[in-house]
Amino acid sequence: MELLEHYLSLATKTIFIENILLSYFLGMCSFLAISKKIEASIGLGFAVIFVSGVTVPLNWAIKEYLLNKGALTWVGISELANVDLSFLSFVTYIATIAAMVQLVEMLLDKFSPALYNSLGIFLPLIAVNCSILGASLFMDERGYDFGESAVFGVSSGAGFALAIVSMAAIRFKLKYSNIPDGLKGLGITMILTGLLSMAYLSFSGINL
Amino acid sequence: MNKNIKAIISDPMVDNNPITKQVLGICSALAVTVKMEQAVVMSLALAFVLVCSNIIISLLRKSIPGKIRIIVQLTVIASLVILIDELLKAYLYDISKQLSVFVALIITNCIIMGRAEAFAMQNNIKDAMYDGLGNAAGYGSVLIIVSIFRELLGSGTLFNYSVIPSSIYLENGGWYVNNGLMLLAPGAFIILGLIVWAQRSYTKYVED
Repeated sequence: MELLEHYLSLATKTIFIENILLSYFLGMCSFLAISKKIEASIGLGFAVIFVSGVTVPLNWAIKEYLLNKGALTWVGISELANVDLSFLSFVTYIATIAAMVQLVEMLLDKFSPALYNSLGIFLPLIAVNCSILGASLFMDERGYDFGESAVFGVSSGAGFALAIVSMAAIRFKLKYSNIPDGLKGLGITMILTGLLSMAYLSFSGINL
Repeated sequence: MNKNIKAIISDPMVDNNPITKQVLGICSALAVTVKMEQAVVMSLALAFVLVCSNIIISLLRKSIPGKIRIIVQLTVIASLVILIDELLKAYLYDISKQLSVFVALIITNCIIMGRAEAFAMQNNIKDAMYDGLGNAAGYGSVLIIVSIFRELLGSGTLFNYSVIPSSIYLENGGWYVNNGLMLLAPGAFIILGLIVWAQRSYTKYVED
């Protein structure tokens, strides 16, 4: 029971208080590009939840059993017990992410063509979405264990999805507003994101 | 210096600025601009990676098979980022701690992938190098402008030197209070939004 409570508070903290997009600025590029359309935003949101939910625990396992100092002890060769490969972490994380995205794309293509067609173009984009790599790097920096990293992966994706869908809804309304020429598009979106992130700041007093 | 090279360098500074016009590399532009010191180090790190990756990819452009070019580009970029990360850890440890995951996130910084894909894959080494320099300068200038505003308004300092006379502060009997919002996420979004507005009004670019 205590463990469940711990996971729930980690998830709430990741989604609302430390939202990966609105307080760490990760995933801005696709956020700005995709939030023009509401259906696309929902699709990308779910794709991000899925990919980061899979890659964060996977990268945790790779870090724990291959890269950390002394992680190779399980191989049983004494020379390998002291090898420290943690400097390779960036390359391996990004390779895992790229490979996972490719795999998800192929699986979806085979088993759910309808979903594949609706997510189609966003899947390759996810490989270079900073929020996915960022989630893995935060997992590394904060020293989460396996359960925590699984929860963290899913909920950081959920935070991204929440932010992008609410932004798409705001931009939908924006079509009827009269905006100064230079501010159209990127400018007004940045300012709106600022206001949205100010709204999320109100969660920041909560201590879980 | 002939005209062509001048154009390659100066174009991304103003007209085709990677951040405000091409909408690339926004994440780090927001995250590392609390202090000017961080912004300068980040711009230099990005300049190094961008110039080197443009040169290497331009060298390899004829031998990279089209289908796996993204993975090849990512590997080149990730290796360069590991190099700069280790260098920062060795010589500028405090700043590298403050920049935390954002140095590693240069890997997924869209400017680098974008320039590799759009320019280095088609052009010779010399042009690719100048393109890298120009885009790094464009990125760096926006970063430094944002950080000047955020540091000055948020903590009243520039490069950690106090600029605003201490006698006008409220606690010393004056009337002035630092704007704490500038140090938080919303301040970054709003400042960048206003800079985009200014830049686009100057170049008369309108997004539809």
